[in-house]
Amino acid sequence: MFSAIFENFHYTIVIILMMTGLYVVFSSGNLIKKLVGLSVFQTSVFLLYISIGKVRGGQPPILVDDHSSGGEHASAATNLLAGAAEVPAGGAHHASDVLYSNPLPHVLILTAIVVGVATLAIGLALTVRIREVYGSIEEDVINEIDYRYNLEGTDS
Amino acid sequence: MGMLEFFPEWLQYHGAALAVVLPLLMGAICAILPSERLAWITTLIVVSICTVTAFGLLLVTFGGESVIYKMGGWDPPKGISYVIDGLNTPVIFLISAMALLTTLYGLPSVVAEVEPKKRAPFYGAFLIGVAGLLGMVVTGDAFNVFVFLEVSSISTYVLVAMGASRDRRALAAAYRYLILGSIGATFFVIGLGFLYMETGTLNMADIGRKLQELEGGSRVAMVAFGFITVGLGLKLAMFPLHMWLPGAYAHAPSFVTVFLASTATKAALYLMLRFSFTVFDVSFDYVLTVVTYLFTGLGCAAMVLGSLQAIFQTDARRTLAYSSVAQVGYMLLGVGMATSLGLTAGYVHLLNHAVIKGALFFALGAFWYRYGITRTEDFAGLGKMMPWTMGAFTLGGLSLIGVPLTAGFISKLQLAEAALQRGWGWAVFVIMATSILAIIYIGRLILTAYFQAPPEIDGEVVKRNEAPLMMLIPMWILVALSITIGVNSDFVVQAGQMAAEVLGGIS
Repeated sequence: MFSAIFENFHYTIVIILMMTGLYVVFSSGNLIKKLVGLSVFQTSVFLLYISIGKVRGGQPPILVDDHSSGGEHASAATNLLAGAAEVPAGGAHHASDVLYSNPLPHVLILTAIVVGVATLAIGLALTVRIREVYGSIEEDVINEIDYRYNLEGTDS
Repeated sequence: MGMLEFFPEWLQYHGAALAVVLPLLMGAICAILPSERLAWITTLIVVSICTVTAFGLLLVTFGGESVIYKMGGWDPPKGISYVIDGLNTPVIFLISAMALLTTLYGLPSVVAEVEPKKRAPFYGAFLIGVAGLLGMVVTGDAFNVFVFLEVSSISTYVLVAMGASRDRRALAAAYRYLILGSIGATFFVIGLGFLYMETGTLNMADIGRKLQELEGGSRVAMVAFGFITVGLGLKLAMFPLHMWLPGAYAHAPSFVTVFLASTATKAALYLMLRFSFTVFDVSFDYVLTVVTYLFTGLGCAAMVLGSLQAIFQTDARRTLAYSSVAQVGYMLLGVGMATSLGLTAGYVHLLNHAVIKGALFFALGAFWYRYGITRTEDFAGLGKMMPWTMGAFTLGGLSLIGVPLTAGFISKLQLAEAALQRGWGWAVFVIMATSILAIIYIGRLILTAYFQAPPEIDGEVVKRNEAPLMMLIPMWILVALSITIGVNSDFVVQAGQMAAEVLGGIS
């Protein structure tokens, strides 16, 4: 059982990070800490994607110009494209002499990182505004103020 | 189809990309425009073009055709393709037409509810949200769905938070929505990761084909389906995952509430249909189990508990928000039957509910615009104070309950028929029981408005003060549409059947 965990240690790390992040989001009452948890949670997914793109013994997906003939060159390029679409990520191999890691998950995750940054930025901006209006960034305090406002229909 | 001749050939093909790219581009430009009036006109032009394009695409699919648009000329499955078929064109048209109506409504409403300096960026964010919603409906690439899902969500968080100048609780609501929405999107993307591990492709049609070859795939595909269901469930406010919805609907500007209520959850539900029935397939055991037991179970729970919670709200907007949770339950019940009739019913209710809730939230926005009313107890005398708006609210409310000759009746009739055909007599009972709950929460508002005298301020009875024409027109267009559907439901049911045909389902 332990050997399975050590062989797939990247999954172990991803799971630990994912659960830590999710736990922090739900358990903490501080709005900033929640956002930290959310970031950890999202980062674990980035790791998941990047780790599944790695092919054991595979090179970085850069065209190697060791064959001088153009035909070889082109076939390496087509293999690279085919590899991105057809090789189930995580350790299959294709017919070419050069084994590449799958670059597609990395590219996908670049997009996801940008999305994560945008979410974090808006979350932080909202927290600043909440601090200005409510005078607190603790969820309990904000809920209590809202609850009182709901009952009385006034601010005081 | 005679009307199709008005749409040039290139529009029928490139329309799919145009409807997404145009609002995305103009959204960025709109945000930096110096004057709010200019921004409003730009928005109006852009959403009008989108609506016309969407109508053209709708006609194409009503003619029985489907279009696959290759982004940049790259062939699928390697390139990103946009797919136009019978399942998504009604939703595309719904989103763009609702965007057009809300933009008209926004002329008075946004002036009243958003600070002057923020109005141009507000329209910018709105356009980007429209682009995101259209993108996630039109795209045929699974990762592209995630990107557009996040584009629309991020702009929605901003739009909800804009309500802060009217009601500061909008900030807390937007924050809650941001946390839950991001968790949902992240769950979705984890699911996509597993799906990519299993199939090695991201094109939705290709994934579907590969999974068929694998006969449902290994446990990895099951886990992927679980993550995708939970992620999309958060976005579409499936019952226990709906906690973000009431706050976001109640405290956002009226403009945003109308648009969100009638499009955002619908687009997410469309994705759920797309993933459960065409990417995955109900012929796989695990999908059928989830669809039959989880969707139906949670749908019924939403119908009962959402309606009950709606009864006990003190704020009219929250009442309607909880009612939205219940209505999503009806759609899920239809989808959960997984038969052709059930899918048609669920899809028809998706379209009808967008029309009905749009009209109701339009009316609530008008009440706030004139009198600053959102609490149920303040509805007293509104029947005399704003007869036209209250009339629209009443007709919309009746439609929500499901009175004959309204759109809501058609939905419920279809659902009941499908349930009987599936042999689920108890589902008909649940539909009837929750309709009675709807009578209570809508009836309470209508009775207060008509049978209580208008309040007196400083010894004077509050005078009649009707909502501006720009608010009444979109409101009454939707009410008229709801009654038209009630009288002659052919075109909506036809759209539902078209969608059910694409989805397949069990026989």
